[in-house]
Amino acid sequence: MTDKNSTKRSPTFNQRLLHNKLAVAGLLVVTLLFAVSILAPVIAPYDPNAIDLRNILIPPGSSHLLGTDQLGRDILSRMIWGARISLKVGFVAVGIATLIGTILGTVSGYYGGIVDMLIMRAVDLMLCFPSFFLILTVIAVLEPSIWNIMAVIGFTSWMGVARLIRAEILTIREREFIQAARSQGASDIRIITRHIIPNAMTPVLVSATLGVAGAILTESALSFLGIGVQPPTPSWGNMLTAGKDNLEYAWWLSLFPGMAILITVLGYNLLGEGIRDALDPRNYLKK
Amino acid sequence: MLTIAISRNILSPPCFIQPGQKYLMSKKTASILLLFILSLILVACGQSPAHDDSQKAGKKGESEQNSLEQLLPAHGDTIVVGSIGDASNLIPLLASDAPSHQVAGLVYNGLVRYDKNLKMEGELAKSWEISNDGLTITFHLRHGVKWHDGVPFTADDVMFTYRLIIDPKTPTAYAGDFEQVKEAKVLDPYTFQVVYEKPFAPALASWGLSILPKHLLESQDITKSSLSRHPIGTGPYIFSQWKGGEKIELAANPDYFEGQPYINRYRYRIIPDSATMFLELKAGNLDWMGLTPIQYNRQTAGKKFKGKFNKYNYLSFSYTYLGYNLKNPLFQDRRVRQALSFAINKQELIDGILLGYGRVATGPYKPDTWFYHQPNKKYSYNPEKAKQLLREVGWQDRDGDGLLDRDGHPFIFTVMTNQGNTLRTQTAVIIQRRLEEIGIKMKIRIIEWSAFINEFIDKRKFEAVILGWTTGQDPDMYDIWHSSKTGPKELNFISYKNLEVDRLLEKGRHTFEREERQKYYDRFQEILAEEQPYTFLYVPESLPIIAARFHGIKPAPAGISYNFIKWYVPQTLQKYSQ
Amino acid sequence: MTFIGKRFALMIPMLLGITMISFLVMNLAPGEPIDVLTNLNPKATAEVRERLRSHYGLNQPLPVRYVNWLKRVVRLDLGYSFAQDNRLVWDKIRERIPITLTINALSLLLIIIVAIPIGIYSAVHQNSLMDRVLTIFVFIGFATPTFWLALLLMILFGVHLGWLPISGLESSQVTYAGFWLILGDRARHLLLPVLVSAFGGLAGLSRYMRSNMLEVIRQDYITTARAKGLKEIRVIGKHALRNALMPIITILGFSLPGLIGGSVIFETIFAIPGMGQMFYGAVMARDYPLIMGTLLIGASLTLVGNLLADISYALVDPRIRVGNND
Repeated sequence: MTDKNSTKRSPTFNQRLLHNKLAVAGLLVVTLLFAVSILAPVIAPYDPNAIDLRNILIPPGSSHLLGTDQLGRDILSRMIWGARISLKVGFVAVGIATLIGTILGTVSGYYGGIVDMLIMRAVDLMLCFPSFFLILTVIAVLEPSIWNIMAVIGFTSWMGVARLIRAEILTIREREFIQAARSQGASDIRIITRHIIPNAMTPVLVSATLGVAGAILTESALSFLGIGVQPPTPSWGNMLTAGKDNLEYAWWLSLFPGMAILITVLGYNLLGEGIRDALDPRNYLKK
Repeated sequence: MLTIAISRNILSPPCFIQPGQKYLMSKKTASILLLFILSLILVACGQSPAHDDSQKAGKKGESEQNSLEQLLPAHGDTIVVGSIGDASNLIPLLASDAPSHQVAGLVYNGLVRYDKNLKMEGELAKSWEISNDGLTITFHLRHGVKWHDGVPFTADDVMFTYRLIIDPKTPTAYAGDFEQVKEAKVLDPYTFQVVYEKPFAPALASWGLSILPKHLLESQDITKSSLSRHPIGTGPYIFSQWKGGEKIELAANPDYFEGQPYINRYRYRIIPDSATMFLELKAGNLDWMGLTPIQYNRQTAGKKFKGKFNKYNYLSFSYTYLGYNLKNPLFQDRRVRQALSFAINKQELIDGILLGYGRVATGPYKPDTWFYHQPNKKYSYNPEKAKQLLREVGWQDRDGDGLLDRDGHPFIFTVMTNQGNTLRTQTAVIIQRRLEEIGIKMKIRIIEWSAFINEFIDKRKFEAVILGWTTGQDPDMYDIWHSSKTGPKELNFISYKNLEVDRLLEKGRHTFEREERQKYYDRFQEILAEEQPYTFLYVPESLPIIAARFHGIKPAPAGISYNFIKWYVPQTLQKYSQ
Repeated sequence: MTFIGKRFALMIPMLLGITMISFLVMNLAPGEPIDVLTNLNPKATAEVRERLRSHYGLNQPLPVRYVNWLKRVVRLDLGYSFAQDNRLVWDKIRERIPITLTINALSLLLIIIVAIPIGIYSAVHQNSLMDRVLTIFVFIGFATPTFWLALLLMILFGVHLGWLPISGLESSQVTYAGFWLILGDRARHLLLPVLVSAFGGLAGLSRYMRSNMLEVIRQDYITTARAKGLKEIRVIGKHALRNALMPIITILGFSLPGLIGGSVIFETIFAIPGMGQMFYGAVMARDYPLIMGTLLIGASLTLVGNLLADISYALVDPRIRVGNND
């Protein structure tokens, strides 16, 4: 009979995650963000693009909870619709990065040899360029439409994912169940998609979560330079930028988008780290 | 020199010193004006020197005296001016950006300049004669003017500058005006004569260009000259230092031929962000910047500003417009363009975006110039009239989708404007709404400047644009409106063609008689008003703010900086000792 | 020797690849450099434009321009900037490197000094309240948009309290003062920029340090040391730390390019004439020589950084020297 004190079953992933209070906070933030963006048409009190020139720069109050901007548009409504944009930019950019990174990393890790070397050199090459400079150059050259921004952020951040996947693949590649599948005559593609990728995805999940946060910050940086999401479409980045010249007088123009970016990015980071900690069983092994 | 360039950011901080537009009046008038101003200050403002005293340690005792002596012009102090961009080249012919011209404008002189009432007056030339046929101008130059290195200024310098600007090897964008010259002669060391092919009205004003020193530039390639970074001119300020990306400093020229400027140092600080610049102003580290309407109206009235700054406002030399590509079938019928002009509420643009600091534009000229004419056809906000005109052309909402349509096509077009100009963007957004109300869908596209010009304007790949022109003091509009100027990269990019306008522009350009010219340009403005190739939107005001310790500022039709060298800080108010 | 030799040899094709990519990207763009000079200026006729174009050599085909440029680069001649000031690219870069380097180096130093202790403490006291507070603190630093934080601090310290200067590198009057005054003035100007920059970078290093420490702490030899009865401090200090610090070297190696790749936003807000701002201006103005010169220098430094990191890693960890690649 085993001693009751010494056997405690290892907590499941969910239990581990939920035990981490910070990660829970992050999860709450992310969920809230999702909810707000999905419900945007329902919960926004005004049309985010409705101009009202007689009510410009009104401070937060009863008619406009978060105040109005230089064209009289309601800040709260713009914030809500801006959440949609932030999520969209984050997800699509990370989606593109993950897709490219997964494909290249898998091919590189699975086939090895020359292919591996070429792809890894390409990764090194891309990493040589300060990514923000590269994004800047490309956006300045093309037009700053929301799709271009998402694509460019995606195309310049796949390298981390590729390396992660490749490392995982290298470990998994030689495992028994893969060899078993192979001996049964399964094709490469089937092996890759059915067995390898699902197992390699865990670190990618973490990377993706953190990537969304990064993409939101990058969009706000691009907005500062004038090449982020274009007006009149509201994004937190371009709202923050629009308020910077009147920072003290019209504090509500920048405080709310700024806090939104801060809390969202914080939340995603905490969640990402929480997932990473929860995935690592060593954290929970008693000494 | 008169450069008509599309202004991409018409509210960029101090662009008040327009190229070619120089300042100054004679010493006598200046002193009379000064005494007048001084008495006004004492009586009206009742502001005692004690106000700004905290900045000058050890003078507390004297500040109690409110005597005239304390406010007399005194030499000394520094003025700190903010700029978003750095200068690129301080040889004026080689640079086309505003900061370069702003700084170089204080270091160099032209032969002539505009006085405070925008009349031509002499600078390096003390007088001139124009021959009866209008083809020859003879300039009589001042004696005793010296370059900053001590060498005397002569007509040879003028000749040298002229030869330099028309030299094919000189990469300058300003050669155009001087290619109209048939011959230039140096009659004696202080007389310079120039002969034109045909009578050319902008000729005289073109000689406001900065004269360069022959003895320093003649043997070198101008693009490699050290004068680009270290200019030497004849002007009121001498170059002191330039820390790339940080600041440019100039010092008053004690031997300047109009008298040493009172303000000892001119410090041009480069602060690329407008928010930071405003904070520097608020903290008292900046003395002069251009404000946005919101800053002017709402953010500069509080504790940190009262008594420490003076604000000025006056109509700027520019206008903003919505231009239509006349090759596009959508805009070819003038009734459509007129309808759009009726559908847009220009006054709301001025009230809402400019906060009242501007005036409705009715044509391509600034309202208080001698050549401005108020056209008979007016376009006040009238959406019903707009819809009616559109109906005449066949635009109606037949399918009930809220958009006007014709032959099954809805009325949709895209307007483009350049990035970096908040006011223009806001203008576009408001126009979008107004057009939506009459059933037109206007999409907005904001494009980076270079790409905008090269991909869309030059290749004529646009439907409509919102842009601005900087206007000069001469009514010649040949380059923008003449039908021969529709070639690639030329300024009549909307492809406007009207034979009567062509004739009027040609005659106006080659006539000297002001009254005769006025007739041509009046008729020109009437035609433009009728045809509406642009919807002329507004003429904004310049909104400079200047530290209160600077006295002697007197707004006039030319702005405020025309008499910059006569501005001063009374002894007790001086802030910087260097 | 061969390991290092191999890495060196790899650098050349990498460098070529970098130059080709930068050259291509810039030339795909619409717009020409002379447009900034002549745009919509009615006085610039077609012949003036042609004149300018041949002056800058823009009327030759693409590959020819690339090869010409490459030939000069090898001689360390980065050419003349297309901007109206016509200065040597090398001069312009050289002018801006010192300040970017200084700020980034100071910032990196501050990050190291603060992040490492935070990471260690967090690891040793995992999941404690302090760990949580520190975690949130560093993430806030990462999550706050730089320009917003900078402006807020400027308002507090510059406008209202008046303790620190707001922007720029030096005060108006100090140009002619003595050495100590100038140094003090410089320090005051650099305080806010360095603080803001460091605050954003704390997260990366501290979290990395923390997870490294956590891994090391769980290793067997730590358990052994503890079992031996060694005091906790000795355990941590001697064993854990030494091993956890190794990856730090790698991180530092990767930070080399960051040292010269200034941030545009940051420099714009603080009015600092650094590399980032210069690069951004060059991109907007299609100043090809300057863009390519900057990218080249930046990428080369990255390669050097990678090489140094690899070498130091190999020196520290004998397994790498002997063994397999990657």
